[in-house]
Parts: sequence; C-alpha cells; structure tokens
Amino acid sequence: MAGIPHDHYEPTTGAEKWLHRRLPIVGLLYDTLMIPTPKNLNWMWIWGIVLVFCLVLQIVTGIVLVMHYTPDTTLAFASIEHIMRDVNGGYMLRYLHMNGASLFFIAVYAHIFRGLYYGSYKEPREVTWIIGILIYVLMMGTAFMGYVLPWGQMSFWGATVITGLFGAIPFVGEALQTWLLGGPAVDNATLTRFFSLHYLLPFLIAGLVIVHVWAFHHTGNNNPTGVEVRRTSKEEAEKDTVPFWPYFVIKDMFALAVILAVFFAIVGFMPNYLGHPDNYIEANALQTPAHIVPEWYFLPFYAILRAFTDEVWIVIIANVLTGGIIDAKFFGVLAMFGAIVVMALAPWLDTSSVRSGRYRPMFKWWFWLLVVDFFVLMWLGAMPAEEPYNTMSLIASTYWFAYFLVILPLLGVIEKPLPQPETIEQDFDEHVAKTKGGAGEAAPTPAE
Amino acid sequence: MIRKIALSALTALCLATGGAFAAGGAGKVTDYDFSFEGPFGTYDQMQLQRGLQVYTEICAACHGLQYVPFRALGYDGGPHLPEDQVRAYAAFYEVYDAEIDDWRPATPTDYFPESGLENAPDLSLMAKARAGFSGPYGLGLNQLFRGMGGAEYIASVLTGYNGSEKEEAGALLYGNDAFGGYLSMGPPLWGDDVEYEDGSPTDIESIAKDVSAFLMWTAEPELNARKEAGFIAVLFLSILSVLLYLTNKRIWAPIKKGKASSPAE
Amino acid sequence: MEKNVSHAEDHEGTRRDFLFYATGGAGAVATGAAVWPLINQMNPSKDVQALSSIRVDVGGMEPGTQLTVKWLGKPVFIRRRTEEEIAAANDVDLTALIDNDARNANGAEGADAADANRFLAPPTEDGLEGEWLVMIGVCTHFGCVPLGDAGDYNGWFCPCHGSHYDTSGRIRRGPAPENLPVPPAEFVDETTIVLG
Repeated sequence: MAGIPHDHYEPTTGAEKWLHRRLPIVGLLYDTLMIPTPKNLNWMWIWGIVLVFCLVLQIVTGIVLVMHYTPDTTLAFASIEHIMRDVNGGYMLRYLHMNGASLFFIAVYAHIFRGLYYGSYKEPREVTWIIGILIYVLMMGTAFMGYVLPWGQMSFWGATVITGLFGAIPFVGEALQTWLLGGPAVDNATLTRFFSLHYLLPFLIAGLVIVHVWAFHHTGNNNPTGVEVRRTSKEEAEKDTVPFWPYFVIKDMFALAVILAVFFAIVGFMPNYLGHPDNYIEANALQTPAHIVPEWYFLPFYAILRAFTDEVWIVIIANVLTGGIIDAKFFGVLAMFGAIVVMALAPWLDTSSVRSGRYRPMFKWWFWLLVVDFFVLMWLGAMPAEEPYNTMSLIASTYWFAYFLVILPLLGVIEKPLPQPETIEQDFDEHVAKTKGGAGEAAPTPAE
Repeated sequence: MIRKIALSALTALCLATGGAFAAGGAGKVTDYDFSFEGPFGTYDQMQLQRGLQVYTEICAACHGLQYVPFRALGYDGGPHLPEDQVRAYAAFYEVYDAEIDDWRPATPTDYFPESGLENAPDLSLMAKARAGFSGPYGLGLNQLFRGMGGAEYIASVLTGYNGSEKEEAGALLYGNDAFGGYLSMGPPLWGDDVEYEDGSPTDIESIAKDVSAFLMWTAEPELNARKEAGFIAVLFLSILSVLLYLTNKRIWAPIKKGKASSPAE
Repeated sequence: MEKNVSHAEDHEGTRRDFLFYATGGAGAVATGAAVWPLINQMNPSKDVQALSSIRVDVGGMEPGTQLTVKWLGKPVFIRRRTEEEIAAANDVDLTALIDNDARNANGAEGADAADANRFLAPPTEDGLEGEWLVMIGVCTHFGCVPLGDAGDYNGWFCPCHGSHYDTSGRIRRGPAPENLPVPPAEFVDETTIVLG
C-alpha cells in the first residue's frame, strides 16, 4: 500500500497465519496504523483526526436522533421538541449533533488552509486534494439538508433560498428546482427527501474518506518542509519518519481532547450561540423572517453569491455576450460554485516548484491575505445586502478568484524561493529536536 | 501559526452569529440579572413557581404553551411542584380526547393548550426564539459575554411600553421601546397584577422577570442538567488532556533527544 | 548501554508505565461515558414513563359492569363483580385448575389461584369483599382480547381459539396456559384505582 519502505506485518502464531492466508485484514490494519509518517509534522496536522472524529460523532448521534425524529411537516418541529424534553439525554444528543456540524466545518476549513499553505495539493497529491474537495462539497450538502430537518423558520426559508439557486440556471432551472423540491415550493416532499439524503450522504463521505486516506498513504504525508521522505532504503526512510502509532495517534488524541474540552463548554454552556433564534419558530410558508442568514460555515460563499449584482461590469459584459442567458442571478450562482472549483484546480494553477509556503517569501503574504479575505467574506455574508457591504463583498470575492487564477500562477514565475532543507531529518534536528543542530533551540515546538 | 489559526477560529465563531440578530430590531434591551446565567447558573425554583402563576393568571388568556406537558411542572430542575399540585393544576384545563370524542379535564400527561388567540404566538420556545443581544458590528461578541438574552428580551418588552399608541389597518398598536417599534399586544403588566403567596415583590419589573424566567424554563427545561453534564465533560477532558500531554511528551522524548536514528523506543 | 544508565531507565520505566496506564484508563472511561447516553436514549422517554402509571375513576361503576382502560398499550379489565360472581369464583376445586397460580403482581409470588389471592383489596372496610377484580385483558394463549360476560363459566371468553375464563379470570378450558394476570393496582381513595 505505501510507497515508503517499512516493515510489514508478519503473522507469527498459527492462528494469525491461518487468518492471514484467508483474509489479510490484520496486515492491512497494521500497515495503516504503523504507516511511516514524517516526524516533523506540526500542530496543523491534527485536523484530519478531528475530522474523522466529527464524522463518527455526527453519524452516531444522527442515527440515534433518527430513532425519535419524524420527517413530516406537521410533526417534525414537535418531534424535535420531544427529543429536547422527553428522550433520555435527548437534549444533549441534539445539541452535540447541532454543534458537531460547526466543529466539523471549523476543522475542515483549518485542514483546507493547512493544505493551501504547505502545498499539500501539489504533485503527487492532486487526487487526495480533489477527493478532499469532493468531501467538502458533500459536507456542505449534508449540512444544508440537515438544517432543514427541524422545520423551523430558518430551515424553511434557507431551503427556499438555496434551492432557488438552481432555479437560476438558464433553460432548465425551473424544472430542476421543481424536481429538487418535489413540488412548486418547499413542502413535505422536500422534507422527506432531504431527510433521506441527509442520512445517505454521510456514508458516501465515509467512503470517500477511506479513499482520501488511501491516496495519501500511498503518496506519503506532506510535511511542513514539503520535502519528500527519502525512499531509497528502509534505513533512510526511518530517519525521516516515525510510525503513526503511537507517536501521532497520541499527539492527535491530545489535540482532540483539548478541542473537545472547548467543544463541550460550548455545548454545555451556550449550545445555541452558533444557531439562529428564528429556527425555534416553526416553519411558516406565509411569513419570511426579516433576515435570512445561512449557517456560519456557508457565509463566505453566500457573500460571493450576493457580490455579483447587475451593476457589476463583468456581470453586464457576461449578460451582453451571452444574449441575456447569464443574468446577475445566474452569475452569482456560477461565482459561488466557481469559488470552490478554483480551489479544486489549485494543483494546476500553482506553478511554483517549491511545495511549502515556508520557503516562499512572497506567497506567504498572499496566503495570509486569503485567510483574512475568507473571514471578511464570512462577516460580509451575515451583513445585509446594502452599501458599503456590497462593494466590500465584490472586492473580497475578486481577491478570492485572483488568488487562485492570477497570483498562484504568477508567483511561481516571479518568486525567488528560500533554500529548503535537504531532508526531513535535517529540518527535524534543526527545529524540533532538543539537542544542538544550529538555530534549532529557537523553535521549542514543532509549530510553525 | 497555531496562535493565528486559533484566533481565526475564535473570530469565525464570533462572526458566525453576526448579523443574525438584526431581526431583533433596534430596541433597547435591559440586561436583567437572572439566576440561570453563566456556566453555573441554575433556575430559581421559587421564581419559576411565581412565573407560572403570572403566566396562568395573565399570559394564558391568549398565549399557549403547546410543547410543555403539565407533568414537567413536577420535574426536578423546574418549578418542581408536588405531584398532587401538578394534578390539581392540570385539572384546571380541559383537553379534547379523541378516544372518547369529548372534552375532559387534563391530566399531568397532557400538554398545555395552544394559543387561544389567532395572532398570539405560542410561548413554549419564545425565550429561545428571541435574542436580546447582538453585535457589535455583527461580530457576535455581545452574545458571547452576555448570553443570547432571550429572557432579558421578554422582560424588556413586558416593561418597555412607552404609552404611545397608533392605529394601523384598523388595529390598535402599542409603542414599545424594547421592541423598537409598535406591537399589537397591549401592555399586559402594570405592576401588582398578581399576589404572591411568598410575599415577593410584585412591581412590574419583578413580575416581568419572574415570567421571563418561567418562559426560559419552558424553552430550555433541561438547562440545569445540561450545564452539569457540560461541566463534568469539560473537567474530565481537561484531565485527559493533561494526561495525554504528558504521555505525548514522554513518548516523543527519545525521538527528540538527539539524532534518534531508530523510531523504536 | 552502561549499567547505571539502564538502572536509571528502570525507574523512568515504572513512572512511564503508570502514566500510560492512567492515560489509557482515562481514555477508556471517556469512551464508556460516551457510549452510555447512546444506550440510554433507547429506554422509555419521559412521556412514555409518565403513562406507566394511570389513575382510573371507578366511582360511577355499578355491580356487574366492566370498564376497559388502556394501560401500557394493553387493555385492562376493571370489573365490579356481583355477589353471585364472587360466589362462583370461590366455588372451585383449586387442584383441578389448569393453572393454580395467583398471577397477581400485588400478591406473593407463587400463591395459589384462590379468588382471595386475585381480587383487589377494597378501598374501605365496609365495601363488599372481593368486589373488585382488575386484570390485563390479554389472552395468555396468543394475545387476543377476551370478551366479558361470556364463555362456559360466565367469565371471559376468547374468540380466537376458544379459551374459557371464569369469574375470577382463571383459565378453565381451552388452549390458554395461564390465568389472566393481575397488574399492579391499588385504591388511592374511595373511587380511584391507580394502575402501575
């Protein structure tokens, strides 16, 4: 499975040999758990385990919530109240599931930006990256449909607005939207199909996660230097790596425990902080809330969606060129999905020969500007659609696209990278190890 | 970098709820003190009982509590009425029983009725469906430090009538500073509207606070248990974190100690 | 390695072992604590538990009438028996019964099926002894609901497979193996029976 040479599982006892000849599952687990992992990984490499935890948490709490939930427009809201009031520990399960979605997205954004900074998307890890983006898109779909299930005001109107995006597609939009909703508007048919898909997609995600892990176990992990593990011999590889168990399992578990302590503080003391009060009002098709705001994790892309109004010159040009087929509404939808597509294309847009942002002096600035841009977009997504927010949204959206489409390709040409270490071992001894190694003392932790 | 990310994550959390409560209007919400605020705050059983009295004598005329069962009045962590009082209280209400196709006196297993007035919203979840605090600048910091403010909002609205009235589409509307506009509900409280058995103050603010606390309980009946579970979880995870930190340090020591050429311990 | 160095490592070793066991133990406790709510959520919820005990007003019942109420999803027969019915219930050779067991949740386990072991104690001293009989109305054969005032013994008769129960609810003829069970019940005042 792995490209890095290392010891493989050897069955010793009779029973082990018996099983191994028929089903080498112990060997598979051994190889997965003992995979050689670059020993210089820093604390930004913990998010993968946090994400696996989130997926398990969401699936497990989700399955038990389904035992008490009723996907029917007349009963859904009441069945949630039944869970909150009468089911043993139901309020905890529901709040865990609710806030678990937020933890999931915090972790996935940290994970994605880690990949963007250290060039984890670059050759030969493009497939890992693409699968990761696919997982992220499926997560968004799952979260969106899950938010509809409590059948509160935000559930209903969020579903109405978001499915309206598909209605903006020229020619087929209206038919597509009707097909999605199962009727002219969000109603019982919509609720039941969203429920079914909300249950299905996580298992699809789980399948993709296995492929994601498989892919980077084959290529080997990236690491903060971006320098590959030496593979010429097992001895050399062992100088650059440590086995995943116990070194990174324990490290990741420590990080997970700290994150969960914060998570449980939120669930225990302020479980509704990240939610919207309007969702405690039952859905009413005759009354729209004053402001429809998506969940926080959608806000950056929601801001991009709203940024392209019909006063923006690029929208006007697109409109004229396509003879009115691409109007402002459709342009916004294209921009929103495009914002994710350009991220997926990063492996081919980034022309630099250096993988890690650590050795790219100019890239660093643009990267951190992208992070700031992301949070600015998130903030703008929650603001009302009026000036000055519209202009700010447009600028922030433009930067998002410019980063991927212009800056990444150009930087590879004009930037003069810093010298990289020869090996991971060298970097580890200089920055992490406690004894000697030049300037190593300066950095006490493996963090950047 | 960690610090930057942690900071960004925190900002993200704060941003998350930003703007979400613009719907609350531009009204002035007073930050009343409630016993259930903060990580260790719990409901004041006597206050909930007084709030129940206010609800029963005043609010119940128009507003329902359709998600609250009478039996909950007897639960620990709530008003905690004795069993016979819960039964007697329930019997004040009549419910329609489909099995006998007739009305009968309610029992503890029945639920409070729905709102009697068409345009009077159900109050079961009101304290969670409103937020008193927001901002500044959509950053959500106020909610972080002062709580969501549902109960504060309700108490502020109940005491926030400024005496102005206007007619719109044939309906009389009442000016309210906390709502930040005009309400179709007339001032329900005037002070001394109820008489408490325990001799607690019955000025308008006290009554408003009592009924707001009661409505917080109807919206979030498991608050006490939830905070307790959260506290235990945080405490235990902190201990686990320390243990894992030490373990992690210990197992990495030989690797970090000099040029450990072999990953074996 | 030199001797004294390895000796020092021995000490380190025990301390390390303790740390590892403590961490492993704490991890196991955390896992256990996480699993319990997932199991407990399947136990009856509060609304279901609240229905495990119901109050039945029997104030309006005349002798010779029967009330059927639903308790825990099953029918419960509450019968106010006449003197003749009580007499018939007592006029039985217990050894000849198909099931000589009281099957009474309120009485001692293993008591015989004498009528005195089956009826509900009256609310007051001056009431007719043995007047009240409370039973779960589910045939012990295959779970049908027997009909009242019917059968060869003027008690209950199950139409599904022809089981005859007497006026004390004991199986007398037919395929049913056991007497109709008596649920937990008691008078809390003169006119109210609490089931469960």
